[in-house]
Amino acid sequence: MPENAAVHAVHHVPPIALRRRVVDHMMTGACVLTVAVVLAPLFAIFAYLVYRGIGSINWAFLTQTPRPVGESGGGMANAIVGSGLILAIASLIGVPLGIGAGIYLAEFGRNRFGDVIRFTADVLNGVPSIVVGIVAYAIVVLSQHHFSALAGGVALAIMMIPTITRTTEEMLLLVPRALREAAYGLGIPRWRTTLSITLRTATSGVITGVMLAFARVAGETAPLLFTAFGNQFWNLRVSQPTAALPLQIFSYAISPYDEWHRQAWAGALVLIVLIVSAVAAVRIAVRHGTFGAA
Amino acid sequence: MADPALQRPDMPFSQPAESGTVSGAGPVAVPALVSLRGSGETSDRIFKLAMVLCGAAVLGTLLLIVYELVLRSGPSWHAFGFKFFGASEWDPVNEKFGALPFIYGTLVSSLLALLIAVPLSIGVAVFTTEMCPIPLRGSLSFFVELLAAIPSVVYGLWAIFVLVPILSNYVEPFLAKVLGWTGFFDGPPYGISMLAAGIILAIMIIPIISSITREVLMVVPRHQREAALALGATRWEMIRVGVLRNARAGIVGGIILGLGRALGETMAVTMVIGNRPEIAKSLFAPGYTMASVLANEFTEATGDVYLSALIEIGLALFIVTIIVNALARLLVWSVTRGQAVGTHA
Repeated sequence: MPENAAVHAVHHVPPIALRRRVVDHMMTGACVLTVAVVLAPLFAIFAYLVYRGIGSINWAFLTQTPRPVGESGGGMANAIVGSGLILAIASLIGVPLGIGAGIYLAEFGRNRFGDVIRFTADVLNGVPSIVVGIVAYAIVVLSQHHFSALAGGVALAIMMIPTITRTTEEMLLLVPRALREAAYGLGIPRWRTTLSITLRTATSGVITGVMLAFARVAGETAPLLFTAFGNQFWNLRVSQPTAALPLQIFSYAISPYDEWHRQAWAGALVLIVLIVSAVAAVRIAVRHGTFGAA
Repeated sequence: MADPALQRPDMPFSQPAESGTVSGAGPVAVPALVSLRGSGETSDRIFKLAMVLCGAAVLGTLLLIVYELVLRSGPSWHAFGFKFFGASEWDPVNEKFGALPFIYGTLVSSLLALLIAVPLSIGVAVFTTEMCPIPLRGSLSFFVELLAAIPSVVYGLWAIFVLVPILSNYVEPFLAKVLGWTGFFDGPPYGISMLAAGIILAIMIIPIISSITREVLMVVPRHQREAALALGATRWEMIRVGVLRNARAGIVGGIILGLGRALGETMAVTMVIGNRPEIAKSLFAPGYTMASVLANEFTEATGDVYLSALIEIGLALFIVTIIVNALARLLVWSVTRGQAVGTHA
């Protein structure tokens, strides 16, 4: 509608309009150009990932541990499992705390302290990931005296909490007040109402927040450098240094060996497939979920 | 966009009702009923306490971060004081530490990234909200947000093997020929450089700036656009006068938020900036950033002073990003006040 009106108006304006019309077209062209320039690296990155990665992914890559320099073959199985371990620890700590804090903000947080928590969560969201790594190092690694999967999990949990907290709060606030009142009217205690009615109604929205936080930390490297540290061998113990996919990609990418470069691309492809499928699953869940309107 | 507009008229009615009769009757009457059965009140109190503790944990985490950083940067602070941020010597062997090259590298790479990213992000946001055919809108913003989902280390990998060769073979020789006289594009075109770091950072912060800008543009009232068009403005004039001018503060907020991300970004920069603690005028020269020096040297730091000097760099980075982020939130909030913006990323 507005576009038609604009074109229409231009036709009736005296000669000066030509310059204005040219400027209008030029700016439109410029905006289209910016879109092309922004999307170009996106497609370039994905194309390169697939091109370099797909040839390197094979059964060995997914099932074996790294070989020493000079030997070809081997894989990143320990790093994939290690990433899973670290992310599981992070989720175990971060998800309950984040959802709890979100419930606090939505249900009890209409006060000064609530505002402080809200601002704190936003601030925490902006803390550089490498700084989070330092703190996890200071808290966990220094007290345990060595690098561990637990330290990596703590670092990633700190990064997950603010996202989960804020989305949980927003989703709970979208649940109509009448639902809570209906529950109170039936004599259901407040805690039961919050958990079984409010949180239940907002489930898909809360899961969205959790998945977004998960996708965000799944690719994080910086906070793992001096917490999980990396490992060339299998490790499933929480208190030991553990390999992680992003760490392995990093150390292979900056190495001088072609074979390792090849594996870095394969690892990156695996990582991005995991993350993109998490994000896509979230979008589909939100679209088809009970809470689609949010 | 239609939903909030539809809901807003209800607000004046529903809100007094909430704080007045309905909820007043609910929480007062129901617990009384429930407590007759003996279970409600205690468990409610325990539940509330648990939730308050979760909330307090968020605050506690931030305080813990501050405490650890301040405590552990102590030795370096005592040894160098304020001179730490003005000295440019970084000599672990003789335990002489100055953070200036890293501060310089962080600032220059981030500003370079903003210089590239800001016009592109605003262009994309304007195109998505004002020009793009409506069916395309969703997928376009999905693609741009996909850029935000790519991990930093994958950007770094791509930059090492694709971006850097392009820079050293084509872009840098070209820039040297055309703009070499300025002194900013001088020296051997190795590719690994401040310029590469700035470009990869720009690609990484474009989704942040453009999604905030898009949200801010979408809350500019429709009648602002219609008024401009009614006065005979072309579409671009309408965007400039009716939309961008109204959204200025929010766009600046988005830009600062992007800056906050660029300042703290670690992996991709570490992989392409060259990691040499020197201050060079040319953008072709390698540099070093605060985040990169932490990534590279933290695990190898021997001695208390070395480690605490690194942690002090972390503390400085933390303080700067907090200030930058708080400023950005205030600006975005001043434009989108009362609207649910940023609900879904």
